[in-house]
Amino acid sequence: MLSIKNLYANVDGKEILKGINLEIKAGEVHAIMGPNGSGKSTLANVLTGNKNYEVTNGNVLFEGRDLLDMDPETRAREGMFLAFQYPIEIPGISNATFLKTALNEIRKYNNLSELTSTEFLDRIKDKAKILGLDDTLISRAVNVGFSGGEKKRNEIFQMLMLEPKFVLLDETDSGLDIDALRIVSSGVNIYRNPNNAFLVVTHYQRLLNYIQPDYVHVLYKGKIIKSGGKELALELEEKGYDWIKSEELETEKV
Amino acid sequence: MDNMEHKSANEWYVSKFKVFEDKLNGQSKSFLHDIRKNALNNLVELSFPTNKNEEWKYTNVAPILKHNFLPAIISTLPKIKKEETKQFLFKNFDYHLVVFVNGLFAEELSEIGHLPKGVIVDGLNRIAKNNPGSIDKYINKLSKIDNAFNALNTAYSYDGLVVIVPEGIVLEKPIQVLYLNSSKNDLVLSLPRNLVVAGKNSQVSVIANYHSYGDKTYFSNIITEVYAEENAIVDLYKTQNENDESYHIEKVQAIQKKNSVFNHYNINFGGAIVRNDINTMHDGQNVETHYYGLYLAHGKQHVDNHTFIDHAKPNCMSNELYKGILDDNSRGVFNGKIIVRQDAQKTNAYQQNKTILLSKTATIDTKPQLEIFADDVKCSHGATVGHLDDTSEFYIRSRGVPQELAKSMLIRAFANDVIDTVKIEPLKEQINHMIFEHLHRVEVENK
Repeated sequence: MLSIKNLYANVDGKEILKGINLEIKAGEVHAIMGPNGSGKSTLANVLTGNKNYEVTNGNVLFEGRDLLDMDPETRAREGMFLAFQYPIEIPGISNATFLKTALNEIRKYNNLSELTSTEFLDRIKDKAKILGLDDTLISRAVNVGFSGGEKKRNEIFQMLMLEPKFVLLDETDSGLDIDALRIVSSGVNIYRNPNNAFLVVTHYQRLLNYIQPDYVHVLYKGKIIKSGGKELALELEEKGYDWIKSEELETEKV
Repeated sequence: MDNMEHKSANEWYVSKFKVFEDKLNGQSKSFLHDIRKNALNNLVELSFPTNKNEEWKYTNVAPILKHNFLPAIISTLPKIKKEETKQFLFKNFDYHLVVFVNGLFAEELSEIGHLPKGVIVDGLNRIAKNNPGSIDKYINKLSKIDNAFNALNTAYSYDGLVVIVPEGIVLEKPIQVLYLNSSKNDLVLSLPRNLVVAGKNSQVSVIANYHSYGDKTYFSNIITEVYAEENAIVDLYKTQNENDESYHIEKVQAIQKKNSVFNHYNINFGGAIVRNDINTMHDGQNVETHYYGLYLAHGKQHVDNHTFIDHAKPNCMSNELYKGILDDNSRGVFNGKIIVRQDAQKTNAYQQNKTILLSKTATIDTKPQLEIFADDVKCSHGATVGHLDDTSEFYIRSRGVPQELAKSMLIRAFANDVIDTVKIEPLKEQINHMIFEHLHRVEVENK
């Protein structure tokens, strides 16, 4: 589904990603872990088309098409979704307006008819139930006055509403208490199926107890320095990142 | 060179006064005419402001003065059918409708409807004829003539909105006042002279809705006097959506007695050169004043808002929020003056001006002007100028929403805290609609 080859990217002229290679197939969940500043969020932003991140080399194919050539809205319409680390507040625009606009733009692009108001409301009710969200949320302005946990939950709600093929979760666990973490994870697990894929960016192993990855990659100084199964996450939790860093140094010496 | 131009403008308007007097048909003996004649003397003496005047530093009125406008009363009136006015009205709520064409009361287009006993909603000319005793203690008692623009309005004062709400009456429905202006054969000078008097314990809401009929140049030069007596609540909404060739100058002068509340909303869309002076004086304790402003401009529009709150008494509060969205080569000016006089202890005064520039060539000159002579006060002011936030735009686009629509949503979000203060829900929605219409951007359907 997603094929990243030799990806380099800069932020404010500083090179952050230094040759990322990653293959993600439909039905897979990949986790990217790494210490602060290793480039995890940069990768998420580059993949979704944030223009503050400049790709200097490499290419990314999304279902065989050149992803880096698309603007952010086209990527979304092709099925990319980023659950933001810091979701934005939009006063004066209700969640309903926001989601209906987004959903219909995506449907239009994919030659689907726009949802009727009833269909849209039904969908909202269904999805809100999964996350235990109050129906009144939908008439509130996007993320305005939401707690950190509510904002993260709203990101997952948007994901369920928009039904993307490929989901990036950027530090979705940060700022969540254990109950919120459970709810958010169950939303992801319910959505998970053989036709979609996830890339979970996280600093801590905690989230991966709830969202079990098929593969774990360690990102360090802009490169993936180790990949493994979900047991790699546990190992990192136990030993920290230092043992990999020294392993990496060893390899560099060789 | 400038001086000569300005002088000739004075001369032009003074020279037309005789024609105006002839038109008055014997009404030249009223109290109003004494006011006019004094103002005419002022018009001879006072010059139109230039950029050398600190209060007009950023607004050049020379383009207005180079036209010889003809006061509406001595020009040809356009014929406007009632159906044609519908498109300009705010809808979906009940109101008393008063229509002015080129500043002259149009009875056949108005629908004032039933009013509680003692309430006056009418045109100034009719009241001056039929019931001068109800207005002679108010007209021209607040507004001081300090430049040629307000001398010009006063010298030709003939018609305008008169609202008088006696003690204890709450007017349930708002008064919608449609000011339609049009130059057909002549270059028209529209000179509404408005008066709103809210008696003790009364409440009134006025929506002054300015529109153009046609796309020709004309000039609106307005004075509005507002009296809020003890415990009165006055909401004055102004929406100015005139064509981009028109000139628009208004001076609002309000006085507030103790425990009164005055809310002024100033929503500006149209006009080539626009200047608003909104002045309130506190004449009693526990007064509240709220100023909310939203100015949108594109093309070469120039919008200047000067606000003034005179905190003359203790224990009063004022809150001001002005926001602007400027596109293309448009220019905004904001000057927010607050005086807290020595007696005005325990004053709370807050002021904020925020502007978003949508293009590299739009500009804003913003200046808070706080003069505080009391020592036990809380005052704050802030002014920011910025652009639409990239990260927010990215967030919205990352959900599949196209860039232009994302920008519209952010504009809507920016204007929200001003629009949200509008108390009449359908009016709020329609103002929102006008924002996008004016910016020629994609509209967000908020449902």
